[in-house]
Amino acid sequence: MLAYSLRRLLVAIPTILLLIVACFFLMHVAPGGPFTSERPLPPAVLANIEARYGLDQPLWKQLWDYLYNIVVHFDFGPSFKFKDRDVNDIIAQGFPISLTYGSLSFLVATVVGVSLGIAAAIKHNSWIDYFAVGLGIAAQALPNFIMGPILILTFTLWLGWLPGGGWNGGQWQYLIMPVIALATSYMGSIARITRSSMLEVLNSNFIRTARAKGLPTRTVIWRHALKPTLLPVVSYLGPVFVYVLTGSVFVDIYFSTGGLGQAYVGSALSRDYAVLLGVTILYGALTVVVNLLTDLAYAWFDPKIRY
Amino acid sequence: MNKTIKTTLAGLLSSTLIAGAAFAADTHPKTGEALADDQTFIYRVLDEHTSVDPQVVEDTDGADIVRDLFEGLMNQDEDGNLVPGVATGYTVSDTKDVYTFTLRDNAKWSNGDPVTAGDFVYAWKRAVDPALSSPYAWFMELMSIENAATIIAGNAPVDDLGVKAIDDHTLEVRLSAPLPYFPQMTTHATTFPAPQKVIEEFGDAWTKPENIVSNGAYVLTEHLPQERSVRERNEMYWDNDNTILDKVVALVINDENVALTRYLAGELDRTDIPAGQFPRLKQERPEEAISYPRLCNYYYTFNVSDSGPEAFKDPNIRQALSLAVDRDIITEKVMAGGQPPAYTFAPEATAGFTVPEVEMTSMSQAERDELAKELLAEAGYGPDNPLSFEMVYNTSEGHKKVAVALSQMWKQKLGVQVELANMEWKVFLEERGNQNFDLARGAWCGDYNEASTFLDLLQSDSGYNDGKYNNARVDELLAEAKTSDDPAPLYTEVERIIAQETPVIPIYHYAGVFMIDSDLGNWPVNNVEQNWYSKNLYKLAE
Repeated sequence: MLAYSLRRLLVAIPTILLLIVACFFLMHVAPGGPFTSERPLPPAVLANIEARYGLDQPLWKQLWDYLYNIVVHFDFGPSFKFKDRDVNDIIAQGFPISLTYGSLSFLVATVVGVSLGIAAAIKHNSWIDYFAVGLGIAAQALPNFIMGPILILTFTLWLGWLPGGGWNGGQWQYLIMPVIALATSYMGSIARITRSSMLEVLNSNFIRTARAKGLPTRTVIWRHALKPTLLPVVSYLGPVFVYVLTGSVFVDIYFSTGGLGQAYVGSALSRDYAVLLGVTILYGALTVVVNLLTDLAYAWFDPKIRY
Repeated sequence: MNKTIKTTLAGLLSSTLIAGAAFAADTHPKTGEALADDQTFIYRVLDEHTSVDPQVVEDTDGADIVRDLFEGLMNQDEDGNLVPGVATGYTVSDTKDVYTFTLRDNAKWSNGDPVTAGDFVYAWKRAVDPALSSPYAWFMELMSIENAATIIAGNAPVDDLGVKAIDDHTLEVRLSAPLPYFPQMTTHATTFPAPQKVIEEFGDAWTKPENIVSNGAYVLTEHLPQERSVRERNEMYWDNDNTILDKVVALVINDENVALTRYLAGELDRTDIPAGQFPRLKQERPEEAISYPRLCNYYYTFNVSDSGPEAFKDPNIRQALSLAVDRDIITEKVMAGGQPPAYTFAPEATAGFTVPEVEMTSMSQAERDELAKELLAEAGYGPDNPLSFEMVYNTSEGHKKVAVALSQMWKQKLGVQVELANMEWKVFLEERGNQNFDLARGAWCGDYNEASTFLDLLQSDSGYNDGKYNNARVDELLAEAKTSDDPAPLYTEVERIIAQETPVIPIYHYAGVFMIDSDLGNWPVNNVEQNWYSKNLYKLAE
C-alpha cells in the first residue's frame, strides 16, 4: 500500500504541473488584465507596473520564473490587487478559515447524514423513514446561497442570537451559521445515499445468512451491514470534502468569514493572476490528496480491494 | 500625614479627575450635544481595500482609511471647502506656477517624530518613481508638477521633480503650467506624506499594523484581510484634543443585502442601501435613510469612431436617442434613491459649475419625444427602416434594469431595435477601450471638485474618451479652461456643444444613498466628493 501511495503521489506532480500550465494560459487568454481599470492607466504608468511584476516578459519566461520561484523559494508571488500582501500571505490567512468551517461542515454533514440514512433504512417505511427522507430532500433543496440569507434573517435580525457575520478568530458564535449553511445540502445527499445503500445491503444474501444464524439485529447492522453500506458514501465524500473547501465562496460572501473561497473568485474577476494560480494549485493538490485518501479508505471498507 | 487624610485626599483628587474627564467626554465642545460613552464608529465596506499606503492606494474605500491614517497639506471641511491640514496655508507666485506651503510646527508622526517638508518631498518623489510603479502616478502628472511626466516615463531622475523642502516647515512646488485648482488636489491620498525611515526599514511590509507609522488622527491597530480593519486614536496627532471618535472599524461585507440586515440588527452604524429599497426604508426609518448628491455621473457613450455604426456619426440621430430617454422614470422608478436626472455631463453638485440651460431642459418629455421622432424620420429611419444597434453594459442587476428601461423607451417611442449585451467587468472594459461596441455604459466620479474632471473625458486625446468623440472647439475650450481664472463660461459652452452634438447620453448623477445611524453626528452630506474624516464625526448619547 505504501508503494501504491508513493506511486500515486509521483503521478500527482505532472498532474499539478499540467494544471498550472493550463490555468496559466487560460488566464492570459481571458480579456483584460490585472491593471485594466475604469480609468485606463497612461502607457508610461502601465509600463512601469508591468515591468515591476514581470508582465512585460514573454509568457514562457513568466511561466518559467513563476515555477522557479515556487520550487526554489516556495514563493507564489505578489498579489496584483492587494499591494500590501503576497499570495503566501493571502493563503496563510484564508486557508485556515476555510479549513476550519469546511471541516466542521463536513463532519456535521457526514455524521448527521449517515445517521439519518441508517435510521431511515432500518425503520424502512415507518414515520422515521418518512421524516428522514423528507428532511433529506428539504435539506438538499436548500443550497448554501439560499440557507445563508434565511439563517441571517432568522438568527440575527429576528431572534438577535447570533452575529450576522465576521470570523473573530473562529469563535463558536461566528461558526454556527456558516457551518449549517454549508453542511445542509450535503447532509441531505449523504442521508439519501446512505439510506438506499443500506436498504440494498440489508436485502443481500450475507445479511440474510447472518440473521438466519440468529445474530441480534444490532450486531448484524454494526458488524456486517455498515461497512458495505458506507462504500458508495465514501466515494461521494471524497469530492464533497474538496467542495466544502472550494465551494465556500457563498459562505465567505454572506458571512464575511474571510475564507479562501472569496479570495479565489475575487482573484478571477480582478485577474489577479498570482492569487488565482496559487489557490488553484492549492485546490489541485488538495484534490489529489483527498482522492488518494478516498481510494485508500476503499480498501478498508471493502476487503476485496487490494493495492 | 495620617492615613485617613491621605485616603480622603486621594479620594477627592480621583473623583475630581474622573468628573473632569467625564465632563469632557460627555458633551460636544462646539454643539453641546450629549456624547455616548463608547465612541466607536462601525461601517461597511464592499471589498477589501487595495492598500493603506498613500502612494499606492487606488480604491475609494482604501482612500477613506488612508485619509484617517495620514494627513496631507490641506483637508476638506464638511462642505468640501479647503481647510488647513499639515500646512497652515500657502502662497502662490505671480506667475501662478510656484506654490509655497507653510507647515505647522506641531505636526507629529505616531512615533513622535516631527512631520517635515522633507516627508512630503519623499512621498511625492515616491509617487512618480518608476520603481514603486504607483497606479496613481498619473495624479502627480495631472497636478502639473514640473517633470512628473518625464520621470514617470523613465526619462529623468526622480530628483528632478519640481518639489523642494526650503526648510523643515516650508515646501515649494513648481508647476509646469499654472493650475488654478492645484491646492484642492492636495487633499488627495497620493499627495500625503510618507515615513521614509519606516518604509526603508520594513519595505512592502511597512503598512502592516505592527510596523505602520502615520501622521493622521488615527493609527491602524488591526487588519484582518477580507474581514475588518480597525483604526484607533493617534495620541501624537497635533489636534488630538479635538478628536472625539476613539475607534473606527471597517467591516468587509460583500453582499449589500446582508450588510443592510446587519445594519438593521444594530451591528453597523452606516451601510449602503441596495438599489430600489430607498423609498421603503425612508418610510420605515426616515431619520436614518438618507440620500445626497455625489460627484459622479452615469451615462451611455456612442462609438463615433470608424468601428462604430454609420448611423451614430449623425448628431441628429444621437440627439434623438437622448431626447427619448425619460430620465424621470429612470431616477424615480428604477433607481428610486434620490438621484438627480442628468441633462449635462458634469453634475450640478460640482463646485463653481452652474448647469447651463440646454434646450432639452426647457421641454416637456412629450415635446422631447416629438422632436426625437422628427429627427429620426429626417435621418431616414422609421417603421419600415428601423434603426438597430447593440448596447453593452457590465454585468450587474442595477445596470441591467436601466438598460432594459432605456431599450424599451426607444422601442416604444421610436421603434428602435436594441440588442442588450452584458459583459463581465474586465471584458467590458477591454471591449469598450478598444471601441468594440455601438453604445456602451459609462460612469465617472470626479478626482477633484472641478468640472474639468468630467469634461476632460470628452477631449479628443483623452485616454478615457472611449467613444472617440472629436471636436476641435471642445478641445480648445478645455485647454483654455486649464489656465483661466474664470473657467465657468468655458465649461458652459462645452456643455452646450455636448448637448447639441450628443456624443454621450447623460442619464443621472449619482446620489450617496445610505443608512446612517441617527446617533452618528456630523456626517458630511454636503461634501459631494464624500471625503470624510473620522476626526470630525462623533457618537451621540442615545
